[in-house]
Amino acid sequence: MKTFVIAARELRALFLSPLAWVIAGVLTFVLAWLFLLQVQFQLDLQGQMAAQPGAPGATARVGAAMLGTAGFIMMWIVPILAMRSFAEERAKGTLALLLASPATLSEIVLGKFLGLYALLALMLTLFVAMPASLSLGTSLDWGHLAAAALGVLLQLGAYAAIGNWASSLTRHATIAAVTSIGLLLLLLLIDAAGTLRSEASAAARWLSLSTHGQSFNEGRFSTTDLAYYLIVMAAFLTLTVRRLDAERLPR
Amino acid sequence: MDDSIAAARRTITAEVTPPMTTEPAASAAPPAALLVADDLRRDYGQHRAVRGVSFELRQGQVLGFLGPNGAGKSTTMQMLAGTLAPSGGRVTIGGHDLLESPEAAKALVGFLPEQPPLYTELTVDEYLAFCARLRGVSRAALAAAVGSAKSRCGLADAGRRVIGNLSKGYQQRVGIAQAIVHSPTVVILDEPTVGLDPIQIREIRTLIAALGRAHAVILSTHILAEVQSVCTDVQIIRRGELVFTGSLAALDARAGDAALTVALRSPPAEGALAALPGVQAVVALGAGRFRLEGTVDPTAVAAAAVAGGWGLTELAPQRRSLEQVFVDLTTADEAVAPQEQAA
Repeated sequence: MKTFVIAARELRALFLSPLAWVIAGVLTFVLAWLFLLQVQFQLDLQGQMAAQPGAPGATARVGAAMLGTAGFIMMWIVPILAMRSFAEERAKGTLALLLASPATLSEIVLGKFLGLYALLALMLTLFVAMPASLSLGTSLDWGHLAAAALGVLLQLGAYAAIGNWASSLTRHATIAAVTSIGLLLLLLLIDAAGTLRSEASAAARWLSLSTHGQSFNEGRFSTTDLAYYLIVMAAFLTLTVRRLDAERLPR
Repeated sequence: MDDSIAAARRTITAEVTPPMTTEPAASAAPPAALLVADDLRRDYGQHRAVRGVSFELRQGQVLGFLGPNGAGKSTTMQMLAGTLAPSGGRVTIGGHDLLESPEAAKALVGFLPEQPPLYTELTVDEYLAFCARLRGVSRAALAAAVGSAKSRCGLADAGRRVIGNLSKGYQQRVGIAQAIVHSPTVVILDEPTVGLDPIQIREIRTLIAALGRAHAVILSTHILAEVQSVCTDVQIIRRGELVFTGSLAALDARAGDAALTVALRSPPAEGALAALPGVQAVVALGAGRFRLEGTVDPTAVAAAAVAGGWGLTELAPQRRSLEQVFVDLTTADEAVAPQEQAA
């Protein structure tokens, strides 16, 4: 219950700050540009495509491609939206309000996470609306589009959990943003060295963010990848709880 | 200091308790303790900020937690509110242990930290509603709780204003309003008047005195006058240890046992002065002036002077000010006041 009280305030605070609006506006503009480029490309190639059996359709060429790019761009954006989460509460002294309240640390952390996640889900709805609008002129593979959207939603959850955790480490929002962008890049590239020489260890490949978005983007619902994202979220939310708890305890 | 409310309250609790004894007042059975701190300790690495603080807070008490900066006031307040875990000892609020059942205990507490925890982008109404919901006030009771907190803190007209645009004094009121919005039994205020102008300080003090009637209040301060104007009871902390616990009257009594200065045109032998009731020692100051030490009744001295024809020209009680008592208690070496160290 208190989780939702905290989540509602978090969402409200995000909407009251110009940051969320600017980011949503700029992102929508950039992605709309990208979307139109893909549509143009699809129109130009339509003739050749039609001749080949099994060629990718509009959903894959336009929808999934755009959402895949959106997922990558959000890797840089979510840390900026998440950076103030705990850092600002700490700097403004409002963390004491939450800590002195009857809400448990898990409720506080989950509440702040869900508030941010709700905003990200709203932004994702805007992005998905673009390829969905193609259904006016062509038939779409809705299952593929839904899987691609779910993939991005899961990615956003992982980014948000990592961003929240980074924010719980410091009282300076910018440091939190840099920390989580750095960590996300590390997770993205952790298997890169091995992959180039095709000898990446299974652990490195499993850890890497880059290997888990693919199947959803191609329209496959993969429980392995679902588990990966849920584990990342749970792990970083738990780390955040532990971090806040450590702050209360005597050193 | 001469606030009528405080004066009235002082007469009610005019029990002269010796420092650091925990015997209850003999007259009436005291109400159950709402907050019990037992041997609270807190270390920051090697530094021991609070070492063994124990006390009880009862309904109707306004307990002033007094000490110089850095004495461990804020650390103690944070431990009582549950934002800081103690290194040792325990806090019980309304029968709930703060470590074992924190949710139940914290629901009974309203806490104003040193820095008011304000979401400056929200309006006063939104903020207070959030605080109330966070502490478990039901949706049905929300409007009444927010309305009552606003009216008690003089914010009735400020409900729709954005907190960030309010003056410092009003922001402090919002800070106090969030601490009482869920009708807690214990209100903990950490330095509630810091940074306010004298008029705002008066208003906040009046508000705290009013809070004391409905809640048990504990407030920390380094300003003695604040304790004198609003508190019923006083605790003085020095380097993490309590050096005085008692009613304001008991602190006053400490200030009282001072001396009387008399100037006499034709003074008698010192023996005659020493024989006056209550005089423990006579110190000749020269030129017919004497300091009579002990609890001396000035009227008895005057009567004796008239009867003996000593030519009384000056009769001045020399009370140690509370300021002096405070300074003595907070700066004394360990050896000077050993009986007060038994914390």
